[in-house]
Amino acid sequence: MGWLALGLVAWALGWWINSRLSHQPRTRATRLLVPVIFGLTVVVIWECLVRGLSISPVLLPAPTAIAATFAKSTHILWADFVQTALKGALTGYIMGCGAAFLTAIAIDRFPFLQRGLLPVGNFVAALPIIGMAPILVMWFGFDWQSKAAVVVVMVFFPMLVNTVQGLTDTDAMQRDLMRTYAAGYWQTLFKLRLPAAMPFIFNGLKIATTLALIGAIVAEFFGSPIKGMGFRISTSVGQLALDLVWAEIVVAAIAGSGFYGAVALLEKAVTFWHPSQRGRA
Amino acid sequence: MRNLLPVLTIVATLLALWYAAAVALNAQWARDQAARAGETLTIPALINDTWSQDKPKLPAPHQVAVEIWQTTGAMVLEGRGFSKRSLFYHSWITFSATALGFVLGTALGIALAIGIVYNRTMDMSVMPWVIASQTIPILAIAPMIIVVLNAVGISGLLPKAMISMYLSFFPVVVGMVKGLRSPTPMQLDQMRTWNASANQTFWRLRLPSSMPYLFTSLKVGMAASLVGAIVGELPTGAVAGLGARLLAGSYYGQTIQIWSALIMAATLAAALVGLIGLIQRITLKRMGMA
Repeated sequence: MGWLALGLVAWALGWWINSRLSHQPRTRATRLLVPVIFGLTVVVIWECLVRGLSISPVLLPAPTAIAATFAKSTHILWADFVQTALKGALTGYIMGCGAAFLTAIAIDRFPFLQRGLLPVGNFVAALPIIGMAPILVMWFGFDWQSKAAVVVVMVFFPMLVNTVQGLTDTDAMQRDLMRTYAAGYWQTLFKLRLPAAMPFIFNGLKIATTLALIGAIVAEFFGSPIKGMGFRISTSVGQLALDLVWAEIVVAAIAGSGFYGAVALLEKAVTFWHPSQRGRA
Repeated sequence: MRNLLPVLTIVATLLALWYAAAVALNAQWARDQAARAGETLTIPALINDTWSQDKPKLPAPHQVAVEIWQTTGAMVLEGRGFSKRSLFYHSWITFSATALGFVLGTALGIALAIGIVYNRTMDMSVMPWVIASQTIPILAIAPMIIVVLNAVGISGLLPKAMISMYLSFFPVVVGMVKGLRSPTPMQLDQMRTWNASANQTFWRLRLPSSMPYLFTSLKVGMAASLVGAIVGELPTGAVAGLGARLLAGSYYGQTIQIWSALIMAATLAAALVGLIGLIQRITLKRMGMA
């Protein structure tokens, strides 16, 4: 009972602080503090519920248990992270996005291809591409190469569609200006159209970060060597070691947000001129 | 229709590439077989063989088409359209999970969005987490949800629908928050000059103007919830559904079966997203927005 009461108190306290804070004028501090307090409150309530209702750790381990497992098995988690995130997801991400970018530039010279490819690309982007995973695992074997291949297939079309769209995002006036400067195709591409396409390209890159991790993890459900985040999740679920599963999810969350954050930072540096980036100090 | 010819060209190119890839990938097996039989293959014989193997690395399109026909149309003609071997049966299983999850996710998403728009505290505490959660590979926890819910005694449709719900509610929240905030200050002021209550402002201004945003995110959410349902079927041990077909196919090396399940999933996705697109067009037209 004590734990449940504590949970209720934590809830009330968190809500009270947040509603006080959110009615203050918005500053950087409150904008950061409010979500952090919300997150902490949820974790505390979770802990209190698990202890108060004595939920079996097989169903839902307490945050403290997860943290303990995390601290205890850092070497396993690190090996899984290297296998899945660095070897599988990152390699595939770079290859897939690079290939899509080059394809987009190649297609860009032929409006005919462009008109055909955009609808097809949009269609493919909505398909459950993840279903390709078993096939690619069969082709490229169980190691990280097959995971990278799944990631390449998954990120290719969103990235392609975004880049192609971005390359058309200059108006006639700007292109005419380049022509009056006697700029050739490549000069126009590098000095006008690529910079103008950057917001779209980064949009594609950001979507692709999440897809890359999901692709690499889910591909491991179809077969993998004895390390990797997806492998660990599916086998630990089988052993009912849910604390390890949750620790793995924490790693995935950190990796995912870190990856996304890195791309977002890069975007900020590259497209500092764009309205969506201005006025956001 | 202006795009018809280019699209057909691209599709034809992709099909040609597919056939070429089938030859390239399956040639090794065909040559090995021929070498074991002590024959040498002529080029036409080689190509013919690569396009008609039982367990090819990459089945040719027509093989997949035949397999799909045998597991859908042909079975309907025999009056067994809903037997367990029929792809219709598996699609239906997947579809029911997708649809349930999609409905739940949309309802949850809209409710959350309304909370976020009308409650400042919720806006500041929940919204950053909704955005952050987009960057987390949520799909990874699918097997856990299935197993945990199974342990509590919930199995069958609901766990898969939960995963679909989880995946589809984020796009709806983000889209609806944007949509409910899309009325300009001018329009909101106009409502105030008419002495409209908060309720009236919501039903007559905010909700109608959020419709285009809603439909766009519904399309994303539908695609996401289909992926969720398929992935949700993987850890249940391949009982039924398109995901189970994928898994069973990958266990037994039945590549043709994998591809036919994949094409079926793609068709289902296209049909569902197309359906939402149709509703969108009709609704927006009647509302005078398209």
